[in-house]
Formats: sequence, structure tokens, C-alpha cells
Amino acid sequence: MIMDRKKSEGSKSIVDKSRLVDESGLNSRIVSFVTKWEFILVVLLLLEIVVFSNLTPHFLNTFNLLNTTFTFSEKAILALPMIFIILSGDIDISVAGIMALSSFAMGYASSQGAGTGVLVLIGLCVGVIAGLFNGLLVTGLNMPAIAVTLASMTLFRGISQAILEDQAYTEYPEKFGYFGQGYIGDSMVPFELVLFLVLAVIMGFVLHKTTYGRKLYAIGNSSSAANFSGISVNKVRLTNFVLNGLFAGIAAVLLTSRIGSTRPNIATGFELEVITLVVLGGVSITGGKGNIFGVVLAIFLLGYLKFGMGLLNISAKVMIITTGALLIIAVLIPGFMDSTKARNKLKRQQNLETTEKNLNKGIDE
Amino acid sequence: MAKPILQLENITKYFPGIRALDQIHLNIYPGEVHALIGENGAGKSTLVKIMTGVYQPTNGRILYKGNEVTFPNALDAQRAGIAAIHQEASMFPELTVTENIFMGHHSGKSGHVDWRSMKKRTKDLLDKMELDINPDSLIKNLSTAQRHMVEITKALSIDADVVIMDEPTSALTLKEVEDLYKIINQLKDAGKAILFISHKFDEIFSVCDAFTVFRDGRYIDSGRISDSSIDDIVKMMVGRSLDKMFPKKKAEITDTILEVRNLSKIGIFKDISFSLKKGEILGFFGLVGAGRTEVMRVLFGIDKKESGTILINGQEVVIHSPAAAMKQGIALIPEDRQDQGVIQDMSLTHNISLPQVDSLFPFGVLNKKIEDDLTREYGSLMEIKAASWDVNANTLSGGNQQKVVIAKWLATDPLILIMDEPTKGIDVATKAAVHSFVSEMAVKGLAVILVSSELPEVLGMSDRICVMHEGVITATFSRDEADSEKIIRAATGHDSIEEIV
Amino acid sequence: MRELIKKREFTLLLLIAVMLMLIVTQAPSFVSPENILRIINDTSILIMVSIGQFMVILTGGIDLSLASIIGFSGMAASMLNQYFPDLPVILILFAGMGIGTFLGLINGVLIAFGKVPPIITTLGTMSIFRGFTFVMSKGQWVTAHEMTESYMNIPHGSFLGLSNLIWAGVIVSLVMYYFMKYVRTGREIYAIGGNKVAALFVGVKENKINIIVYSLVGLLSGLAGVMWTARYAAAVNETAIGFELFTVAACVLGGVSIAGGSGTVVGVILGALFLGILTNALPVVHLSPFYQLGLQGVVILGAMIINTLSEKRNEKKLLNRRLQ
Repeated sequence: MIMDRKKSEGSKSIVDKSRLVDESGLNSRIVSFVTKWEFILVVLLLLEIVVFSNLTPHFLNTFNLLNTTFTFSEKAILALPMIFIILSGDIDISVAGIMALSSFAMGYASSQGAGTGVLVLIGLCVGVIAGLFNGLLVTGLNMPAIAVTLASMTLFRGISQAILEDQAYTEYPEKFGYFGQGYIGDSMVPFELVLFLVLAVIMGFVLHKTTYGRKLYAIGNSSSAANFSGISVNKVRLTNFVLNGLFAGIAAVLLTSRIGSTRPNIATGFELEVITLVVLGGVSITGGKGNIFGVVLAIFLLGYLKFGMGLLNISAKVMIITTGALLIIAVLIPGFMDSTKARNKLKRQQNLETTEKNLNKGIDE
Repeated sequence: MAKPILQLENITKYFPGIRALDQIHLNIYPGEVHALIGENGAGKSTLVKIMTGVYQPTNGRILYKGNEVTFPNALDAQRAGIAAIHQEASMFPELTVTENIFMGHHSGKSGHVDWRSMKKRTKDLLDKMELDINPDSLIKNLSTAQRHMVEITKALSIDADVVIMDEPTSALTLKEVEDLYKIINQLKDAGKAILFISHKFDEIFSVCDAFTVFRDGRYIDSGRISDSSIDDIVKMMVGRSLDKMFPKKKAEITDTILEVRNLSKIGIFKDISFSLKKGEILGFFGLVGAGRTEVMRVLFGIDKKESGTILINGQEVVIHSPAAAMKQGIALIPEDRQDQGVIQDMSLTHNISLPQVDSLFPFGVLNKKIEDDLTREYGSLMEIKAASWDVNANTLSGGNQQKVVIAKWLATDPLILIMDEPTKGIDVATKAAVHSFVSEMAVKGLAVILVSSELPEVLGMSDRICVMHEGVITATFSRDEADSEKIIRAATGHDSIEEIV
Repeated sequence: MRELIKKREFTLLLLIAVMLMLIVTQAPSFVSPENILRIINDTSILIMVSIGQFMVILTGGIDLSLASIIGFSGMAASMLNQYFPDLPVILILFAGMGIGTFLGLINGVLIAFGKVPPIITTLGTMSIFRGFTFVMSKGQWVTAHEMTESYMNIPHGSFLGLSNLIWAGVIVSLVMYYFMKYVRTGREIYAIGGNKVAALFVGVKENKINIIVYSLVGLLSGLAGVMWTARYAAAVNETAIGFELFTVAACVLGGVSIAGGSGTVVGVILGALFLGILTNALPVVHLSPFYQLGLQGVVILGAMIINTLSEKRNEKKLLNRRLQ
């Protein structure tokens, strides 16, 4: 049934058909669906909702559920371009550094009396320039992204620290507060959340429906094969870094607006949380694999996990431990499932082989 | 007759989804050179890895010096006295020659590394092989041929009873090949057993005593070299005779489409000049590392040239990227199919449309139907065998993957098709299909450059043959005047172009 | 001699000399023996841990969790001292190293047998170890008056005029230099980073090397944890946060290739010293300590760019020599 024993000279290839095992059976299709990472994330998210809503009455409350998104919207927004970066095999550790620099620039401009529009523009521009700086070093000089962004992280935050020292900017125009604190109209829906969802839809479209997204997957799987296929690998990677800078600028606007102040240590540690979100969402750290859906699921999974544990008065430290463990498990389990699948396949092959031999024997006799 | 030193009985090896070896037999005797013959993909390299402890067999027994053994690790095989010259790049580029030779079996007591004695032994070994290489040089600073010689030295540094040589001559010059033969004879006289893997018949017939042939992971036959002819062995190896392999059709060769003048890249190749006409198949022959691939990379815009001009249809063109090369109608089927040709974890459809994503979808938005149509058209043309167009490329056999690569470039409708080792590692049937296909395309007016290390392929397919040696074109032959001896001499630097002219 | 000049360590040494000369024009006392010793004392911990990071980077990995290991083992050792003041400090020192080794071993096992990429593993354990530090301490600090005199003397005590901390740094440096150059396992670490396939062919076991390397980083971080808390006479929960980045910086400055396979212990020591001198020089040349972070960024980026460009030039030279 599974192995085609027909041997025609013409169809013989390096691996002739009889040496391959077919996998299109219904069973293996169900197994491959259930073991999909996004499926597991959905199950986990549902489980989380059921557990928390049974443990505390305050969990399943529309206002709470909406309002708590303030705590993770900026990181969620940062995760979107990080998908592109990691998917194409790079990494950017400097995002939080860019946010610090961008927030510093806005704080300074505000102290000089700039209006809300100008502040936002400055915030975004600084982000773009910083991203361009990273991208040019990575693609132009062909240096590893992890080393470059590690250094530029120190540099970006260092600039803001050198000038701001232990001071803070706290004066911002009143209107500026809307981005990080406001709601859409009279509803309970935070502006930050809507912005994130809109950006997620746009980035999802780019990733899955455009040639740009296709190129990202190609580069992440094999940058040399992509290059040999006529794709301008470095142009795409550079664009990714600029995009990442732009989004870091957006996140800086939101965060500065939300907390209403700028200190040199703003957004410290964000980079690692953002990378955690992306990996937890099923994007392979070595590139080439992953989708936006998984990451969005991971964002809500982790965000509401924190919220629920907070409601239950579980210490934030336990949360840190849980996040770290989830990150490792997110890679450990699919790897484990893959190797089990491969082992089962080997076993199946051998079993088939023996039954087939017996059959053949029977025919021969 | 002596007893075999190494016996493999009924060795079977599975990988998930594939049976690489199927009940293989092999007997190797001391004082003999045994040829292991088979096409790429026949399972030779897998067997080497089993003999050296890198892989474990799924079934079967290994008898070594009469006892059943297992080698759970490469070190165990080495300690038992089995050394191998691996085909794959198995060097540490950032480390010295000495360390490359001794890695895994450093000299010194209880884990301590005795550099002085290692260096001295390296010097002795290199002297014995008459190699002028500094033991302290980093491997990355050596030439390809030097690296291969170090690799050979490495295998000899272990006082092994069985030496496995997996295509040891692919990058060596004639002089070095002769040196290697000398070494092989010394080893033989010392009673060592040698397993010699090659698909070059002249080599096999000049150094080997016995042979075993594999095909598609199966044992076919074995015998004495002195009792066999090349034809017999070829038939066993490919399962048919060779005449059908090169179905060269007469194509009308018309205008010059590509002209290359004095193309140079410092340290890689120098003053490369040639021209290519419509309908012509131009062969490029040379040893590994002769600079053929590098010339093609420059023509396709992967690397930058240092000087020289490229003319297409008489117009000088600047090719600074693969995209620019594609605009000029150039397509390149790269040397390394696995890493450069296909994207393993992408579907066939996505692979085939990849070079043209920008021109197929001018607004940047993908359209599944357009892609599917393109794939169906060119995929069926190439007769790709796959469960569907949506399966990933890595589920296909090497031959079918190569068809995907050809399909993806054909879909761009090229004027000039550069094929770099297009039949490396693929089965005979696909090989013949690729050949007949190339021939047909030439008839239709396509200009083809065929880079190959397989002499029969170059001789069988080309209208003209350029031979490169150490970065220079040493000779150009027309189809009529070319023969294997002339080509080999030019490729190994025995004749400069002046002597030929 | 020409060989020596070509080496990266020599360039770095030259750079340090130039930097020292520039500082001396501002403050001659900077190069006084006492001050030099002070700088070495300040940099010893960085040197020890950076050598650990170097081994990891050599295999092609990275350890982001070592600062958390420093924090955890420092806290554990301090609490041991707090609750069992009669325990001999040498035991506490070994306990700290043992705990560090164990945490490193966890990383190693996840990487070797779980096949989780090093960056993910150590990113995860960075949070986990730090979280457990808080859980263990219940968020409390161990302060100077809760520590015994002898505990605080671990780094501060002196022998032959050098502080124990300097001795620790020197001993670790010498041992690790010997290990990486003259011990088979040390050389096999180079093999794994240089070419994994080739390493497999010659029987170097990748899993074994990974376990050893990550455990060793743990050991060194454990040692550093004890030294750190005893030196500053305080075990806080945030000990050494961000320190992992300084160790990577020291490696990069020391010429270690981030892709693995090349670098030397001497280079890393010099790289760490460079950072130490830079930090200590800021007040002397009248720059506010707030400049430190930014300057470090500039220096590391600069060093990387120079490295990359000089490597490209070398490659070109090499090609020029061939095919004349």
C-alpha cells in the first residue's frame, strides 16, 4: 500500500521509488496537524483562559482583558519586524537601545518646546537612522548581526546616558500622552492595541502574500541559494533592519507617551523579551521557518499569562522563570517530536521491509 | 590466498525515509588495492562512513581481522587501524597543518598535547611525501591541491592497516597523482589494504587489483581488475552501456552571443578570453580548483571581476549582480545543487518561481495561479517526479532536484545557459535526460556553457572545449581535435598553450 | 619577529600602550604600580568569565546566562555564609563553584542532548536562573554586616603583595591558557568550532565538548559570583545583570571570531584589560562615568570594523601571492 514496488527503468532515480516511504496517509496528516506549533499554542491559550477564569473572577472581564494589553503592546509591536529579521537568519539585540535613543531625542525636543507631531516624527526618524546604521554595518561590511547589534545597543543607550546622566525628561505635551494612554473614541479599546493589530495585519500581509515575504523565507532557508536565484539578499536584510528601527521608533513613542518620562534605562531588557516572543511563536532562530499567526498567539499567551498570574498574586519572579522555561520548551518539544517522527519512520520502514520480504518469499515459493 | 582483513556482510543502512544501503557485501584483502565503483549516490560514501565509525549500520556485520567489531565512534575505527581520506572538506581552516593532521589523536601522554613531537612527525611525514608545506601554516592559507595532500598525509599519520581513499585525486595535478600512486604502492608492499573509490577508469585500471560495484545502494558484483574490461564494469555500474549517455544532436551554430575578453580576478583566474555562439555547447574542463566555477560566478554577477570585458551581442555589459545577469539573458545552474540550486525547505512551485518573483508580480503581491501555471508548464517539461508541486524540494531525489533547478532557470527564458557540473551526484537516467535536454535546447538556439569534471561528458556533449589549469585557459579544442589525453595534459599543466599551438 | 607583529594580540597590546600613553599625558599617576594593580584587580572577574565566554564562542555558541549564574551562585554562597557563619570559607568557595558548574551543566545538557540552540537555551536559563535567585533570597539582600569577615576576605586578602582576586585571575588565566593550548580537550574545542563535520570524522565528540564547555563557564561564573559578592560585601538579586555583554565585548575586542573556530586566551585577556583600563580611565581624564557605556559601544564597534577590514585586506594579499 505504501511502497510502490513497481520497477520501471525510466522512473529510477538516485533514490529509486522503492527506497522512499510515502507519507500522505490520513493518520500521518492528522499527526502532523496536531503537532503543529500553532495548534499547540491555541490549545495552551484556551487552557490558560479556562484555568485563570476558574481561579479568579477578575480574569474574564472585558475591561481587564483590554486594559492589560497596555503592558505588552510595545513589545508586541517590536516583535513584528523581529520576525522578519530572525526569519532571514539575522538578529537585532539593539531594539531597546534604539528605543532609549529615540525616547531621549523626543525628550530633548520636547524640552525645547517641540509639539506632538514633531516629537513623533523625531522619534520615528531616530529609529530609522539607528536601524539603517545597524543594517549598513551588517550588510556593507558583512559582519555578524549579533556582534554588530550587541555593540550598537551599548552605543545607542550610551549616547542617551552620556547626555542625560541620571536626569530624566518628564515634560511632554498633553496631547502626546494619547499614544500610550488613550482609548479609541469612547470605547474601552486602547489605541496601542489597535495600532498593534493594524500593524500585525499589514506585516502579516507582507510576510505571507507579497514577494518581499517570499524573499525572506528564501534567504532564511539558504541565503546562497537566494543569491543564486537573483534576489538582492543584502537589500532585503538592510530593509529589515531599517524596518526594525522604524518599529523601535514607534514603540519608543508609545512607551514614552505611556510612562510620560525618559530615563536612560528606559525599556531595558526589552530585546530579550521580544526575541522570546518571536521564538515562542514558532519562528526558527536559525531562520526560514515561522509565521505571523504563531507569534501573535505567543504574544497574547504570554501577556495574559502575566496578567493572570498577577491577579493570583504570583510573584513576578515566577513569571520570569516561566517565560524562560517556555522559551526553551518551545524549541525542545518540536525538536523532540521531529526526532521521534524520524525514528518511527525508520521503524515503519524496517517493518514494511520484513513483511514485504516474507510476502515475496511466499510468491517465490 | 590470504584472508580478508575487512569483511562487510549484509550491511543495510536506513535513514529516515530512505534506504541508503541494501545488504551490501565487501571483502578487502591485505596488500591489495580494492576499487569501490559506483555512481554518485550509489552508497559509496555512506559505506565509507560506516567503515570509519561515523555512521552505524542498521543491519549486518563487520568483520575486522576475523573478529566481529562495531565502531561506535570515528576514533574507535581509527584506533583499530582504519584511516580514511574523506571526499568532503574535512579540514579545520583556522588551524595549522600539524594540528589538522593530529586532531583527534594528538601526541602526548594522558590528554597533554606534545606540540614538539607532533611538529617533528608532521615535518617527517611531509618530507616523506616530498611536500613543501610548512607544518605551521594555517590550512586556510593553502591551495586546494595542497589541502588535499595534507588530507592524504593525515590518513597516513595513523599507522593504519586499512586506508580508505574517497576520490583522492579530484584536485591533484599529474605530478601529485603520480606521487600518490607511489605512496599507494608503498602501502601495498607494506601489506596494507587500500580501498580506492573513484569513477575514473584510467585510475582504477592503473592502481587497483580488485573491484566491487554498487548501484542504487545495492551490491552488484565484484572481481579482479585483470579479468575485466572497462565496458564490463561500466555496464555493471550504470546498468546499461554508455552510448546512450550523450545523445548529441547536430545544432546550427550561428552568431556569437557572448564574448569574454581578458577577464581577471586576482589570485583566482587571469586573462580569460573566449566566445560563445548561439546553438553551441562550450565545454569547460579542469581539475577541482582550476578556477572554472569562479569564472562562471563572475559571469553571473555573484562575484566581482577585477578587469576585463564582457560583451553580449557585441555590446559591452556590466554585470554587478545575478539580477543584472538575468536581465542580459544569462542563467546559471550552480555547482552546489543542495546549497545554491534549490531551497530545500520550500515547495517546488516557490522554488521554480523564485528567480522571477519580481517580474511575475510587478506590484509585489503574490498570485498563486500564475505561479502554479508556471510550475506546471516547466515542471512537466522537465518531467519532474514528485507527489505534487507543493511538496518541499528536500523530499525529492538528487536527480529530480536538479530538474527543478533546470526548470526554474528555463522558466526565465534565457539566451545563455551556464551549467556548472549539472550531472554531479545524479543517477544515470536523469543524467541522460539532462544531456538530451541540453542538446535539444542547443538545437533551438540556446547558447550553453557546460562546466564539468567528467571527461566523457565534456567530450560527448561539447562543440568546443576550453581547458583551465590554475586560473588560466591552457588550451581550447574543437570537437574533432579533442581527445582525452590532450585534455588531461592541458588540465594538469603539462602543456602550456604555446606548446600546443 | 615578523610572525609576532602579524598577530592580533600584538596589535591589541600596541593599542593598549597607545591608550595608556594618551591617558598619561592627562594623568601621569595612572601608570603607577598601585594604580595598575588596582585596574587588574578591578578587571580580574571580567577576565575569568570572559575566558569562559571565549570557549563557548569558539564552539560557535554564545552564553547569555553567565551573568545570572554569577548572580545565583553569589547569592547562594552569601546566604550559606549568612546562615552558617562557622562554615569554612574555602567550603563556601567550592560550593559557589559547584553550584555554578551545575547551572552550566544544565545549559550543556539542553544544548547537547536537547538540541536547543545555545542562544535560545541561555536566553531562557538567563531568566530562569535569575528568577530562582529572587525565589531563593525571597527578594532580600545579604549585606556587609550579615557576612563574616573571612568571607569578605576571599577577594580582599593578599598574598605576596597581590590581592587574592588578582591571584584568582592570574591562576585562572594560566590554567585556561594551558588548557586551551596543551590539553587535548582544549584543542578539540577549536575543532568543534572550526568544522563540525571534520570533527566528527576524527572522532571529536560534539556533545561531550559542549557539556564540558558550558560546565566550565558555569564553574568560572560560580567562582566569579563568590568573588563579586564578597568584594562588594553585598549580594543583591541584580548582581552582574548585563555582564554577559561585557564578556562578549572582551572576546570580540580580543579578536575572537563570533562565528567560532578562532581566537586565543591571551587575546581575550587583553580584550578584557582594554575594557578595564577604559573604564578606570574615565574619571582620570575628567569624563563623567556616564560616558562609559557609549564609549564602550564606540570602542567595540571600532575594533570590530578594524578587524573586519584588516581580515579582508589579508585575504586579498594572500590571493595576490597565489597565481603570480
